[in-house]
Amino acid sequence: MSVKILTKHFGIKDSHKINVYMKNGGYKQAEKALKEMKPEEILEEVKKSNLRGRGGAGFPTGLKWSFVPKDTGKPVYLCVNSDESEPGTFKDRHILEKDPHMLIEGIIITSYTIGANEAYIYIRGEYYPQAIRLQEAIEEAYQKGFLGENIFGTGYKLDLKIYRGAGAYICGEETALLESIEGKKGKPRLKPPFPAAVGLYDCPTVINNVETIADIPTIVEKGGEWFASLGPERNGGTKLFAVSGHVNKPGVYEHEMGYPLMKLINEDAGGILDGLKLKAVIPGGSSVPILRAEECDINLDYDSVMKAGSMLGSGAVIVMSEKTCMVKALSRLIHFYKDESCGQCTPCREGTGWMLKIINRIIAGKGRKEDVDTLYYIAKGIMGHTVCPLGDAAAMPVISFINKFRDEFEYYAINKKSMVE
Amino acid sequence: MSIEISENLRKKIEEIKNKFPTGKSPILPLLHAFQDELGYISLEVEEEIANIVGVSPVYVREVSTFYSMFNNQPVGKYHIQVCGNITCWLRGYDEIVEYIKKKLGIDIGETTSDGKFTLSRVECLGMCDHAPVMQINGDFYGDLTFEKIDEILDSLE
Repeated sequence: MSVKILTKHFGIKDSHKINVYMKNGGYKQAEKALKEMKPEEILEEVKKSNLRGRGGAGFPTGLKWSFVPKDTGKPVYLCVNSDESEPGTFKDRHILEKDPHMLIEGIIITSYTIGANEAYIYIRGEYYPQAIRLQEAIEEAYQKGFLGENIFGTGYKLDLKIYRGAGAYICGEETALLESIEGKKGKPRLKPPFPAAVGLYDCPTVINNVETIADIPTIVEKGGEWFASLGPERNGGTKLFAVSGHVNKPGVYEHEMGYPLMKLINEDAGGILDGLKLKAVIPGGSSVPILRAEECDINLDYDSVMKAGSMLGSGAVIVMSEKTCMVKALSRLIHFYKDESCGQCTPCREGTGWMLKIINRIIAGKGRKEDVDTLYYIAKGIMGHTVCPLGDAAAMPVISFINKFRDEFEYYAINKKSMVE
Repeated sequence: MSIEISENLRKKIEEIKNKFPTGKSPILPLLHAFQDELGYISLEVEEEIANIVGVSPVYVREVSTFYSMFNNQPVGKYHIQVCGNITCWLRGYDEIVEYIKKKLGIDIGETTSDGKFTLSRVECLGMCDHAPVMQINGDFYGDLTFEKIDEILDSLE
């Protein structure tokens, strides 16, 4: 039995309501943190926990917090990234729906630690029912005095606001998210300066993913060392894995870091649909390199997946059976990145459109033999040449799909039809 | 030409201005509020928001057209948005969208002649555990089959 941190309340009736959350020990850690711990002590526990950013980049959370400069005279902001738009990713939605108070408690502790009196949750515009639920939870927390002035009688003040996005994947990139809250087009900023120093309204800002923040109350409760002990070295805690595609039981499954990928697919998610064979897996959301079935005997933690040539990303596991046409599958992803490119950097803006034209041409039966190489080299030309990681995110699937399934792409281009359909 | 602003919308505008007092931050919440009330973001709406925030109308236009959720033209009473991304495609997007097209007699990007339905293809909605998925106005519908689509669309008045 795996340890459950983030999903421990999921089965409880009305788990999203504050009374239910409090009956199960909720807000005790925020009280403990504010009353009994200094911000430095909490930071130390988070550093010890080896918690790494759950949005996809896997950056050590404690280290990120420690970059916030002290005594600049400016306010400090916390922005919670709930833009969750990476295809295949739906884990944060489950937290928003079933345990919004765990998130809010995490926000209180985090804000106190970094010295913020104002926090924002940036939620993707499509998550409308979830935004309503979250707003209700925030209002409950205000009523109980967990938000607002003088929280737990400590004199500490925190305001929490929801800011709704409006259908732009790029706003999940942290600096684009800040631009969006500032009422601008979501175009990523050049770094440095990093948001820790110059963030929202030019003030020091920490941006963390929903799942990352939801881990914080448990780290305060059980200590950083306990959390770190759950996963392999440098990969603390549990992770929500969102499994989708050709499996019998798509869903969110929580396991300790380092959980075997094949066990997740075959046991948790009930195996491949219709008893078919596994063909490939994208292990961390649509942006990360694809793995062939024979490469899937790996453990799910940041370092192990990296060693296998891909990335853990957001923990979104997209499963494809032997019946999947990889050319058509890739066309979906290219279409997405073309749609979502903000247009700021030429390689990404032009490259994604060019790749889409070529792959659509192949699918329409008008492919040329050299198309596969052209696709590959356009992707190589985008990789590493853009302000933000969206360029790399568009390039990595193309490069990895072609590297691993080149025969299928060439077959389609030459024979004007899919090899598997 | 100016637009008529209802009492409800006027109240919302004040709330937004108080909640997000800094710089241009009210723009996105205002765009949402106007679209909720009026269905789409017209040139007049852009001018109105520009006046409220103190920016040029073209600035509001730049922002509103950057974000795909803001409609710059009227849409049907029910805006059907079908996810065409990887997971929904793996689980039958092609068949699902063809079925809806045929049932409503419109293509993607079109509105039925009675103004009831607009059909769009959108990117991942974050509901991959229920693929194939569509969103109609604010509501999500997952695990779609032909029968389920009939049931949902036929129940909308």
